[in-house]
Amino acid sequence: MAVKVLIPTPLQKFTNDEATVECEGGNIIELMNTLEDKFPGIKKRLCDDTGELRRFVNFYVNSEDIRFLDNKETALNDGDEVSIVPAVAGG
Amino acid sequence: MTQAIDRLVASPNSLGKAALQKTFTALQCKECGEQYGLGAKHVCEDVCFGPLEVAYDYEAIKNQVSRETIEAGPHSIWRYKAFLPVETDTPIDVGTGMTPLVKANRLARQLGLKNLYIKNDAVNMPTLSFKDRVVSVALTRAKELGFSTVSCASTGNLANSTAAIAAHAGLECCVFIPADLEAGKILGTLIYNPTLMAVKGNYDQVNRLCSEVANTHGWGFVNINLRPYYSEGSKTLGFEVAEQLGWQLPDHVVAPCASGSLFTKIYKGFNEFVKTGLVADKAVRFSGAQAEGCSPISQAFKEGRDFITPVKPNTIAKSIAIGNPADGMYALEVARKTNGNIEDVTDAEIIDGMKLLAETEGIFTETAGGTTIAVLKKLVEAGKIDPEETTVAFITGNGLKTTESVQGYIGEPLTIEPKLDSFERAWERANTLNRLEWQQTQV
Repeated sequence: MAVKVLIPTPLQKFTNDEATVECEGGNIIELMNTLEDKFPGIKKRLCDDTGELRRFVNFYVNSEDIRFLDNKETALNDGDEVSIVPAVAGG
Repeated sequence: MTQAIDRLVASPNSLGKAALQKTFTALQCKECGEQYGLGAKHVCEDVCFGPLEVAYDYEAIKNQVSRETIEAGPHSIWRYKAFLPVETDTPIDVGTGMTPLVKANRLARQLGLKNLYIKNDAVNMPTLSFKDRVVSVALTRAKELGFSTVSCASTGNLANSTAAIAAHAGLECCVFIPADLEAGKILGTLIYNPTLMAVKGNYDQVNRLCSEVANTHGWGFVNINLRPYYSEGSKTLGFEVAEQLGWQLPDHVVAPCASGSLFTKIYKGFNEFVKTGLVADKAVRFSGAQAEGCSPISQAFKEGRDFITPVKPNTIAKSIAIGNPADGMYALEVARKTNGNIEDVTDAEIIDGMKLLAETEGIFTETAGGTTIAVLKKLVEAGKIDPEETTVAFITGNGLKTTESVQGYIGEPLTIEPKLDSFERAWERANTLNRLEWQQTQV
């Protein structure tokens, strides 16, 4: 599944300063692995040592927080947009 | 570590020349402690992505302030400038802060309390909510960092405040709100002529969008990339209460929780006053208020969790309707370690809370304030606030901005002819009927 991934500024050093990248993955876990293949080092920033998504990183699929979907198992379809937002701010 | 030191370089645009030693030293991750320079940044981007907070040199602060120097300072939040993350000697001062601390005897009697105070930010300047505090700090820092355009993701009050203070400071302004906000909050933003983006979505969606915009535009988002500075402004609520109580801390605080920032910063403010010797140390209990229709922090508190599960907001208390609160887990921590509580109330209780505060103390607050009063009542009824405790309830916004929420719940005026007998008939009815029945009665 080819999806569009929005990369936050702190991680753009892994993506040659690209703010948006195309990547493959049937779900969020697979997406993490293909992102790592393409941009070595990025997965360690998004996941902890046990492979879990880091507590302060938020993932959205087509603007929906994956915690309202299937968390890291959230399925991805062709053309989906995945947004990565570190340390939610606001308020 | 070398890297960290490299990053501890002040912004090239930091032009402010402080007469006194700078009291803030770095941005520091609240989770892992990693330090960063004092630029526009809110994320621990090199390690854990945790939120950054301003770190201070408390010895330097201690050397600069005393009760006397503060009392001789401006009648605004800037009397506490040594505790705030700005360098300039001329911060943006539009008279923000030093709002009344009202001894609420009538409300106290009604609730069965003996020492209740209302910290009334419904009359904060210039836009009638506590947000003027955080925005005054954020925009002063934004200017120091060289920003010419400022922005925010807002549930309404912040939009009002950012647009107004940006206008005063001559900054370009683009603010983002959920499209379904109360009319008063939209009008109260547009009047200052910012670019106003009404996003078809809830606050959490607005917030996410703004994080993405902050990535692509070089703007100063007060509650995103300037958030470490912005949030410090809420400490002044704590400072003022301590000063207004005669340089002492209360026993119990009840405050609304949206992102959780204000709640945690009042706590930080009290601790800083203790740390710098301005007040005696004392245990203060912190209790938080949420609307049942958006209560992720309260739910976590009641379930004994140390993490927040986001929710989709559905409440009339729009100004505190944040389903994914940035400081939720820190608010939980403060409530637990101070032996406080976090409680939630229904929309009907929120309206009753607004009415109760208005009828007993003459203070017209918005739904967030109604939430705080309703939670205060609930906690007293549950025996969770000792009647002897000196309790301060924080009212953070003004009811005139959210009149829709009480329409239909407070009755209508009695319309009469300009004749004495018409008045007499109406007066009799006013004294025999419930106010909500007036509107159904032809006088």
